[in-house]
Amino acid sequence: MLLIAPTGAGKTLAGFLPSLADLALRPKRKPGEAHRGIHTLYISPLKALAVDIQRNLMKPVEEIGLDIRIETRTGDTPAYKRQRQKYAPPDILLTTPEQLALLIASADADRFFAGLRFIVLDELHSLVTSKRGHLLSLGLARVRRLARGTTGIGLSATVAEPDALRRWLVDQTPPGAMADIVTVAGGAKPEITILDTDERVPWSGHSARYAIPSIYQAIKRHKTTLLFVNTRSQAELLFRELWHINEDNLPIALHHGSLDVAQRRRVEKAMETNSLRAIVATSTLDLGIDWGDVDLVVHVGAPKGASRLAQRIGRSNHRMDEPSQAILVPANRFEVMECRAALEANYLGAQDTPPLGEGSLDVLAQHVLGRACAGPFDEDEFYDEIRSAAPYSTLDRATFGRVVEFVATGGYALKSYERYARIRRMKEGRWRISHPNVAQQYRLNVGTIVEAPMLNVRLTRRQGAGGSVRGGLLLGQVEEYFLETLAPGDTFTFSGRVVRFEGIRENEAFVTNAADQDAMVPSYAGGKFPLSTYLAAEVRAILADPARWKALPDQVSDWLRIQQENSVLPRKEDLLVETFPRGDRFYMVAYPFEGRLAHQTLGMLLTRRLERFGARPLGFVATDYSLAIWALEDMGYMIRRGHISLGRLFDEDMLGEDLESWLADSWLLKRTFRNCAVISGLVERNHPGKEKTGRQVTVSADLIYDVLRTHEPDHILLQATWHDAATGLLDIGRLGEMLSRIRGRIMHKDLERISPLAVPVMLEIGREQVPGSAHESLLGEAAESLIKEAMGG
Amino acid sequence: MNVAQGIAWEAVGIAIAGERAVCDPSGTLYLPADRLLIVSDLHLEKGSSYARRGSFLPPYDTLATLKRLAAVIARWQPCAVISLGDSFHDAGGSGRMPAAFREHLLSLMAGRDWYWIAGNHDPVPPEGLPGHWVSELALGSLVLRHEPAQGAAGEIAGHLHPGARIVQRGRSVRRACFACDGLRMVMPAFGSLTGSLNVLDRAFAGLFSRETLTAYMLGRDRVYPIAGALLRS
Repeated sequence: MLLIAPTGAGKTLAGFLPSLADLALRPKRKPGEAHRGIHTLYISPLKALAVDIQRNLMKPVEEIGLDIRIETRTGDTPAYKRQRQKYAPPDILLTTPEQLALLIASADADRFFAGLRFIVLDELHSLVTSKRGHLLSLGLARVRRLARGTTGIGLSATVAEPDALRRWLVDQTPPGAMADIVTVAGGAKPEITILDTDERVPWSGHSARYAIPSIYQAIKRHKTTLLFVNTRSQAELLFRELWHINEDNLPIALHHGSLDVAQRRRVEKAMETNSLRAIVATSTLDLGIDWGDVDLVVHVGAPKGASRLAQRIGRSNHRMDEPSQAILVPANRFEVMECRAALEANYLGAQDTPPLGEGSLDVLAQHVLGRACAGPFDEDEFYDEIRSAAPYSTLDRATFGRVVEFVATGGYALKSYERYARIRRMKEGRWRISHPNVAQQYRLNVGTIVEAPMLNVRLTRRQGAGGSVRGGLLLGQVEEYFLETLAPGDTFTFSGRVVRFEGIRENEAFVTNAADQDAMVPSYAGGKFPLSTYLAAEVRAILADPARWKALPDQVSDWLRIQQENSVLPRKEDLLVETFPRGDRFYMVAYPFEGRLAHQTLGMLLTRRLERFGARPLGFVATDYSLAIWALEDMGYMIRRGHISLGRLFDEDMLGEDLESWLADSWLLKRTFRNCAVISGLVERNHPGKEKTGRQVTVSADLIYDVLRTHEPDHILLQATWHDAATGLLDIGRLGEMLSRIRGRIMHKDLERISPLAVPVMLEIGREQVPGSAHESLLGEAAESLIKEAMGG
Repeated sequence: MNVAQGIAWEAVGIAIAGERAVCDPSGTLYLPADRLLIVSDLHLEKGSSYARRGSFLPPYDTLATLKRLAAVIARWQPCAVISLGDSFHDAGGSGRMPAAFREHLLSLMAGRDWYWIAGNHDPVPPEGLPGHWVSELALGSLVLRHEPAQGAAGEIAGHLHPGARIVQRGRSVRRACFACDGLRMVMPAFGSLTGSLNVLDRAFAGLFSRETLTAYMLGRDRVYPIAGALLRS
C-alpha cells in the first residue's frame, strides 16, 4: 500500500492506523507466555525522525488507552536496551535502514520477525533514490521471506513517478507487480513570492548577502521563520550575517548536520517550545519533522528542484486548509530565473523527483555477507529473493554469482585467497560464514553512508606556548581536508561563531574564540544538489520567450534584453556557444543548463578535444548553467574557418574512448571507488576515536584502486565504481541526453567582447580549484620558494 | 638503461654524513661510489596478509611493487641491492608468495649482491630466497638499519614511512618523502600498498630538528626538496 500525500496531511499517523487497529484486537500476552516478535516495524531515514514519531505516536496511543509498547532503535540506543529488545521485542519498533540490516543479519532473525504484520516506510521518496534505499529494498525482500503475511505501507510526498514506488514496495516476482495506491490531494495552495528588493542582484556567487536586511525584516514580521539553504557553508554564512544586524536580539538559531548532536537537540527543543524566532537550516530539517508553529519559510539560494521546494515549503503551517507562506531569495541572476521556474512549477504541481536507479553492486555485496551471517543460504534461492527487490529485479545470474565470489574471496582472477574465504560453500551446496569473526566484522561495517574523514572541533581558551590543551566545548565536526589547509592563527566560521585555529591533537581540532571579520567559511564536501532536468528546461524556456520576462525583476529582464542586443538568446532546445577574446586569452562559453556535475564532465572532455583541434586550451570552469573554457588560440576564428567543427566537438562519441581515457586517473573515480570499497567491505570503515585518524592503519583506497585498475580492470568493484560515477559525480546519463538533444542545434556567436550572459560564469574563474593535476606545480612552487629563500630573494 | 628514455626525469644528489647519495623519484636511494641501491619497506605480500583477516585487497600488490623495483634496477644497474627491512609484510609472507612472483624476484636478484635487513614485520630470513640476512649493515661512515636509533649519526633507516605535507595557495599536497638532515636519513616506503606518516608526527620526535630537516618529496618524475620550516603537520 502506497500512501501519497502532501506534507502536513498527517500521513504518518494514517500509516499506523491499520497497525494500531490490529494491535487493539490482539489478545493480551498472558504472564509466563513466550515473548512475541515485533508486530510493526517503522523505518525512517532520519534518527531524529524516529524520535519525533515516537513522541507523536505515543500521544494518540495513550489517549485511546491502548496497551502498546513502542520503542526506538538507532545507532544511539545503548547496548543493554538493544539486547533487551531482542529478547523481549516491543510491539512497534521505530528504526533506520541500517538497524534493519543488522537485525536481519542476526542468527535469531526468524524468531524476531516471525510475527511481523506491518512495515511502515516513511519518507519513502527520499530513501529510494540512494544506496540506503538499495540496502533497505534488500532488507525488505528478506523480511518478506521471514514473515510471509507482512503488509508494507509506504508513505511518500508527491513524486513524479508513483508507479516506480508502487513496484518498489512489493515483491517483484512476478516482475511488475504493484502496491495499491492512495493519493491525497494537496491542500491550500502555498503563497510563494520571490524576494522583492531594490538592491542589485549579484551576477554570480551564492551568498545572497544583498538580501540580508530584507530577510531580517521578514523575520521580524513573522512568529517563527524557517530559513533553508542548500549547503552547510551557506548556513554558517547566513547565520553570521543575520546576527550582524540583529539589533533586536531576536532568538535566531543554527541547525546543520556538522554541529554537535547535543547542540542540535537544544535547537530542536527550543523549536518545539516556540521560543525561537528563526532557524537557519540545511537538509537535516528537510524531511517530515514538524516542530513548533512555523509561519514563514524563506528559501535562500535556488531550490534546484521543484519537488524539493514543495517539500521545504510544506514545513510551514502544518495545516492542510491554510496556505503556507514562503519567500524565495535568489542569490544571483540565473537563480532569479530558476526561482521563477520553480515557483511556476509549484503552482502547476510539477514533480521532478529523480528516477529510481538500478541497485548498486557494492550494497548487494554487503547484503550477501549479512545474509550469510544470519545462517546458511542456497545461492539460487537467494538469487530469487534478491530479484524480488525492485532495484535488483533485472540483475543477471552471472553478475550475482560474481558478487558472491567477491564476498567469498575478493573475486579476483588470480585465485590466491581461497584458503582465507569469508564464506564457503558446504558439501550440501549452501553457503555459510567460515568463522564467527566474520559476523563481528560485518556488524562494524554495515551501512551505506561513507563520511569524509571528520575531526571534532573543540573550543578552548587560549593557552601559552607548550600549554596542554584538553577538554573544552565540543562544537561539532569539520572535514579533515579543510582543517588541513589551515595554519595555526587562521580564522574560520563554525557553529555560528568566528574561531581561531590552534592546532590538531589526536582526532580533535582545537580552536579559540576570535573576532575576525574576514574569517573563512569551511567548504564542505557534498550538499550540492544539481539543477533538476525539469527546472533546467524551464529556465531555457524562460530565456527563449521574451513574453515571460515580465515576471522577472527589471534588472534581470534588462540583462536578458542587452544579451539579445549584443549577442543572442538560444531557443529552448538549442545550445548557444559564444566565443570572444579577453586579456591575452580566448574564451568559449556554452550554455547547456544541465547542472554542474554534467558540465564538469563536459568541460573535461571538451578540453581534450580542443587540444586535439590545436586550440591549446588552458582550463575551464563550470556552473549549474554554463561552462567557460579558455585557450591560447582564437577558437572563434577556428570555428569560422572550419578548423573546429562544433558538431564534431560536441559529438556524442566523446562519451566513448575520450571518457575512458580521461577517467583512467580521475580523482572523481578514485573518490567513488573509495565509497564502493567501504560499502562492499573490501576495506574497513574508519572508526573514529579508535585510531589516530585512520590514515596509517587503513590501506589507502587510492593505492588499492591503482593496483586493481592496472592488474584487473574488469573487476566487479571497478564495474560498480564506474556505474556509480556515471550516474553520480559524472552525471553521464544527463550529459548524453543533452548531447543527443543539441545535435544539429548548436548556435555559434563569435563576439568581440564578453556577453552579458557570460558574466556569471566568468566571475567564477579563479574561485574554482582545478583538482588533481595542479599538485605537481604546487610542489614545484614550494621548492622554488625554498630556492628564493636560500638565495636571499 | 632502457627504461627512463624519453621521460623528463630528475633525481637529486645529496650527502649523508659525507657519503654521496642520489634520491630517486621512485623512493629509492642510490650510492654511486659503491653502485649500491637501497630500497626500504617493500611490504611484499601485504595484500595476502590482509586477506588472512578477511580484507581481500587485490592480490597484485607484490607484482606491482616488483615491477616498479625492476624499473629502478634497470635504470641504475646496481652491483648490490639492500632491502632495508619490512621486505615482507609478515614473517610468513615469503612462504605465501605465488611462484610466478617468486621467479620475478629471483630474476631481479640474479647477478648482484642482495642484502635483506631484518625488520619488525619480518624478523626472520625470507623462506627459500637467496641473499644475505643481516640485522644491520655498516658501510663506510654509514650504518644501515631498519628502525632509526636515537642519537645515531650517519644512519640510513626506514620503518617510519615518512611523508610530508605542504600548503601552497590554500591547497594541501601530501607525498611520501626522504627525510634527511645531512647526518641521518629516513627512507620512504616503496611497497605499492604502503601509506605514509607525516615527518612532523610524534613518531619522528628526537630524530630531526625542524631547522635542519629537508623533506625530499616524491613527485611524478622529480624529487622536490622542501625545507622543514615549510612543512605542515
